[in-house]
Amino acid sequence: MSLKQMINIALPKGRLGEKAYRVFEAAGYECPSIREENRKLIFENEEKGIRYFWVKPSDVVIYVERGAADIGIAGKDIILEYSPDIYELADLGMGKCRMAVACKRDFCDNRDRTLRVATKFPNIAKKYYNSQSREIDIIKLNGSIELAPILGLSDVIVDIVETGKTLYENNLEPRETIVDISARLVANKVSYKFKNAEITAMCEKISEQIKNS
Amino acid sequence: MSVSFTALKNDERAVFSLRELYSRYGYVRHKVSKFEEYDLYARNKSFLISENILTFTDTDGRLMALKPDVTLSIIKNIGNDDSQTHKLYYNENVYRTSAGADGFREIMQTGLECVGKIDLCATCEVILLAKKSLEIISENTILDISHMGFVAGLMENIGIEGADADSLLGFIEHKNVSAIKAFCSERAISEADTRAICDITALYAPIGDALEAVRDIVRGKKMKAAYDELCGIYGVLSECGSADGIYVDFSTVNDMNYYNGVTFKGFVRGIPDGILSGGSYDSLMKKMGKRAGAIGFAVYLDMLERLDSESEKYDVDTVLLYDSGSDMAQVARAAERMRAEGRSVRCELGSTDGIRYRQLLKFSEGGVSVLETND
Repeated sequence: MSLKQMINIALPKGRLGEKAYRVFEAAGYECPSIREENRKLIFENEEKGIRYFWVKPSDVVIYVERGAADIGIAGKDIILEYSPDIYELADLGMGKCRMAVACKRDFCDNRDRTLRVATKFPNIAKKYYNSQSREIDIIKLNGSIELAPILGLSDVIVDIVETGKTLYENNLEPRETIVDISARLVANKVSYKFKNAEITAMCEKISEQIKNS
Repeated sequence: MSVSFTALKNDERAVFSLRELYSRYGYVRHKVSKFEEYDLYARNKSFLISENILTFTDTDGRLMALKPDVTLSIIKNIGNDDSQTHKLYYNENVYRTSAGADGFREIMQTGLECVGKIDLCATCEVILLAKKSLEIISENTILDISHMGFVAGLMENIGIEGADADSLLGFIEHKNVSAIKAFCSERAISEADTRAICDITALYAPIGDALEAVRDIVRGKKMKAAYDELCGIYGVLSECGSADGIYVDFSTVNDMNYYNGVTFKGFVRGIPDGILSGGSYDSLMKKMGKRAGAIGFAVYLDMLERLDSESEKYDVDTVLLYDSGSDMAQVARAAERMRAEGRSVRCELGSTDGIRYRQLLKFSEGGVSVLETND
């Protein structure tokens, strides 16, 4: 075994992941090869003992929970939806948005009917309406959620709202906020124990970096 | 008969070694039947790792279950009072779903239970056995220890109860300090109390350092009792030279309806999940109408297959080819001779398709000749 333990970090593909990487970079965990244009999947900086890889945002928690990644950056929406058994070590305060119920502007909720809810996040939606003792019919979609109420597929949608622009442009509006979302630094529970010094140090530097930025 | 340990898989090896370990400490093997009345589990569902239970109707119409757990079956019949202490271990197959996997699985589980008068000595013995169990499985292990009374005591002292306590425990379990801070500020909990909760959540340190670090947080009778018990355990374990590799992690919270005192969880490097879990479960005993105390743990052996890191490169050391005209007695003798030297030998007529071997030998009247060597 090598003297220095490598830390595997799962980054979500896309804007959030790139932003998160810049924080890691500024905190002293840079990995220059990640900036090169190529089709490589894994990027290593042996000297710093880190290894990055890009995965689909919703898969980050799976990589972390199963220990393929020690550390990951995941949105709170993904954590709430999948409730993985992991540590949530820090709120990065980036990728801020909210999980909200949205519907057509002229929609009037009728409580004597089962509410049809289209969403990418069935567990979050179920939990929210359960807490309100509301009977709902979940329609699980994988994209273009905003279409559902427009075409009459559902009464409302439960989805992530950032600026609300897409909603407004399509005659929809957010009604209730379920929970505020931001990116979190998550860790595998067993890695946290066996690589404690490295992970704790990384977590501290990242939090410091966030605070100062 | 002697069995070479190298021929065994990790989990098989662990079963034999653990059995030997437990019997050396005077624990006796306890066998339980494969089936149990469903009712037993229905009443204690949240004690089980997964609530799914495989059931069937027995010939007399009773609803039966394939055991998802062994502890309940064991304590069902013992521990009505603490006049006698039972020290038992088991090695049984249990049937349950595991996280993430679809459907039921048969899982081999080994564990031990100490039921009766549980004092510091018995507690330390069980913790020591948990640690030794891990050491049998791997060289690189960690045993995390926690105390239900410590966290519960702090929450009681601050005045967090009911649904609030449940959500706070959830945050503690995920070491989610930012959520705890938000939770506390919403409820106007004082800064000192907030810091205390955050500190014990984030704490992860060797037992000696950890107890030193939390000394000033201790408040209230319940927390003090828990702290004193942990200190007592640390005293005994370090006296035995076994305190290394034991860490304190108060985020390991088990169900408070069942577990009340010290709880622990074991990890080995290379398996991304706990493989040992246990603690003192007097509350479960009380729930079942028993007066005795109890402490025990289970080792989930199904995880060990992941430790067989590399799949074996070869199926067999040597393949000995012969043809239908060969003298079979001589073929057999030649093969036996090689096996006696400690090699595994497979006799094959003609083809070696699909066999991965180190060495290929050919038997002919003149003797054995080497056709191919792979190593």
